[in-house]
Amino acid sequence: MSEKTMIEAIRECLRQEMEADERVIIIGEDVGRLGGVFRATDGLQQQFGPSRVVDMPLAEGVIIGSGIGLAISGLRPVVELQFLGFGHQAFHQIGQQVARLRFRSQGRHSLPMVIRSPFGGGVRTPELHSDAFEAYYAHTPGLKVMAPASAYDAKGMLTQAIASDDPILFLEPLKGYRLVKDEVPDERYEVPEGKLRILREGSDITLIAWSAAAVMVNKAAEELAALGIDAEVLDLRSLVPLDVEGIAQSVSKTGRVAVIQEAPFTGGFGSEIIATIQEECFYDLQAPILRITAPDTPYPLGGVEDLYVPDSDRVVAEVTALMRVSP
Amino acid sequence: MSDYRFIPSKQPVAPFSLLNQDGTLTLASPDTGHELMDFATIKAALRFMVLTRVFDEKATAMQRQGRFGTFSSVRGQEAAVVGSSFALDPARDWIAPQYRELPALLRHGYPLKHFAMYFMGNPRGGAIPNNVNMLPLQISLAAQVPQAVGIGWGLKLQGSDGVAITYFGDGASSEGDIHESLNLAGIMKAPVIFFLQNNGWAISTPREIQTAARSLAERALGYGIHGVTVDGNDLLAVNQVTTQAVARARAGEGPTLIEAITYRTGPHNTADDPTRYVDEAKLAEWITRDPIERIENYLKLQGQWDEAAAAVLREECAVEVDAAMEQARAEAAPGSEALFDFVFAEPPSRMIAQRSQWAERSQWTSREAGV
Repeated sequence: MSEKTMIEAIRECLRQEMEADERVIIIGEDVGRLGGVFRATDGLQQQFGPSRVVDMPLAEGVIIGSGIGLAISGLRPVVELQFLGFGHQAFHQIGQQVARLRFRSQGRHSLPMVIRSPFGGGVRTPELHSDAFEAYYAHTPGLKVMAPASAYDAKGMLTQAIASDDPILFLEPLKGYRLVKDEVPDERYEVPEGKLRILREGSDITLIAWSAAAVMVNKAAEELAALGIDAEVLDLRSLVPLDVEGIAQSVSKTGRVAVIQEAPFTGGFGSEIIATIQEECFYDLQAPILRITAPDTPYPLGGVEDLYVPDSDRVVAEVTALMRVSP
Repeated sequence: MSDYRFIPSKQPVAPFSLLNQDGTLTLASPDTGHELMDFATIKAALRFMVLTRVFDEKATAMQRQGRFGTFSSVRGQEAAVVGSSFALDPARDWIAPQYRELPALLRHGYPLKHFAMYFMGNPRGGAIPNNVNMLPLQISLAAQVPQAVGIGWGLKLQGSDGVAITYFGDGASSEGDIHESLNLAGIMKAPVIFFLQNNGWAISTPREIQTAARSLAERALGYGIHGVTVDGNDLLAVNQVTTQAVARARAGEGPTLIEAITYRTGPHNTADDPTRYVDEAKLAEWITRDPIERIENYLKLQGQWDEAAAAVLREECAVEVDAAMEQARAEAAPGSEALFDFVFAEPPSRMIAQRSQWAERSQWTSREAGV
């Protein structure tokens, strides 16, 4: 056990899974000799060779599509999509093919395939490197979508994802790769699929987020505590499967909810959570549910990005206002 | 004017052929370095060609009566599909089909009954037996092609000498997946056969509107891989070209793009009306190049076939098709469990709850309807 950054935890997971199972193979852009643009695969090509850590031509469609074929042939590919914003070039392979092959073949072909992809904002990237496009994928039947917020979860959830026979989109917060650092066991372990994590217990309001937003919201909760508001913070960890029971338990206790996402307002995954809450615990609610999101506009350039992505000041202000009208 | 030349200036290579329509060989002694298919193998191949010809006719008639769904026949292209599939070893080779390659799938082991069930709307027809190395029918044009590259590449990484063949058409050849796949297969030297059936049409869009390139096989040059053009209505030529491509792939020499020149003598599918766009004279000319007649003519000249044998084969195929259709019809449509089965290896709890809700809802609907 030692403190590790999220990128170190991911790399350690990949190394251990490749050591344990020679069917695990990594493909993606710049994953080999460079070790990935974020160094998630640093040193792995040296250790496992260029036929197990494969630098691919820059063509996202065939990176995903050939990953499907590798899985069918008996391997367990971990495919790196360099940024989620590039996923549209492979959207047909993910949405039509990865998600449906098991169903279409009536169980003949499972797809033990993980698509790792950094997403989310806050680091002044060029265009299309920061978007939070998770809702498209969560809306696609046949695909699981996971988004860890801590280094511990990144390793344990990725280990579980690689062991799973279902295809999983594994979203990593690029802002958190080096900023997030926590205690991570050196040995292999799995975080069970589909269970949320309570980051902070509280009784006044439930704040629900995932990935980098969960880290930000946890800080906001500390500021709220100083203002006398006792917030419970839920890190969803997984969008599909969704921990409906865990959400309902918390909301039934607090009676108030804010859902916080980096993605735009309309049709975001936060909308799904709010719909779920009104189905599961409408009569426990003491106030309307807050939705704290980006506006319905494209992700902007870095100079105005802080106006776009929700931050802790905004969470504190909106939650404080809600508590004022619904004490 | 500059002297720059980006493509070879010589004329495109004529499609490789072995058989004239009257059954004579194009060369007195075909000097191709390989044996022709033997008579027993040709007869086995002919059986698949006739079987699907009969199936296409039967299924089209049933579709008109509302007893079969919209589907695309392989009429006119049987030699291309069967000739190529007979170059494969079903025990180790894989097929990634589009949707117009029924006889190749049957030869690989996919049951005709399942194909019929699928087009009768029964999802259980999509089930691929565990020992049959194929992907499901692919409605999204060219989407199977990157997957075939991954299969071939994966087999090679695991030390198998199996190969993957993928079928697609001149229409699908315009998709971006084709470019990405030919490119990757070349880089990885993946054991993949890209079998492009140039049947002249993508529904109503003619080959000329797909590309200004004079040949689709010549694209291989741009990817650093092997390319070949073959007469797609010539069973022997298709088989020989594909056999060579498979041998190259097994030997680690990489992928081959095969363009089979053929013609869709039927409609795109049962919902299509080709009289709105197909040139009648051209269609009539292609019908005279029928691939089944051509190989039967060859067998007759070789003293291996006659009208009586042909009649017996057609009768046997009719019986087999009728039996498959009956068996498919006898399979009851599944209930709402079919909406949920096989989506995930480990379904999320929400989907498990929905499975129960839908099961209850089905009962409710039946009661309301008085069924």
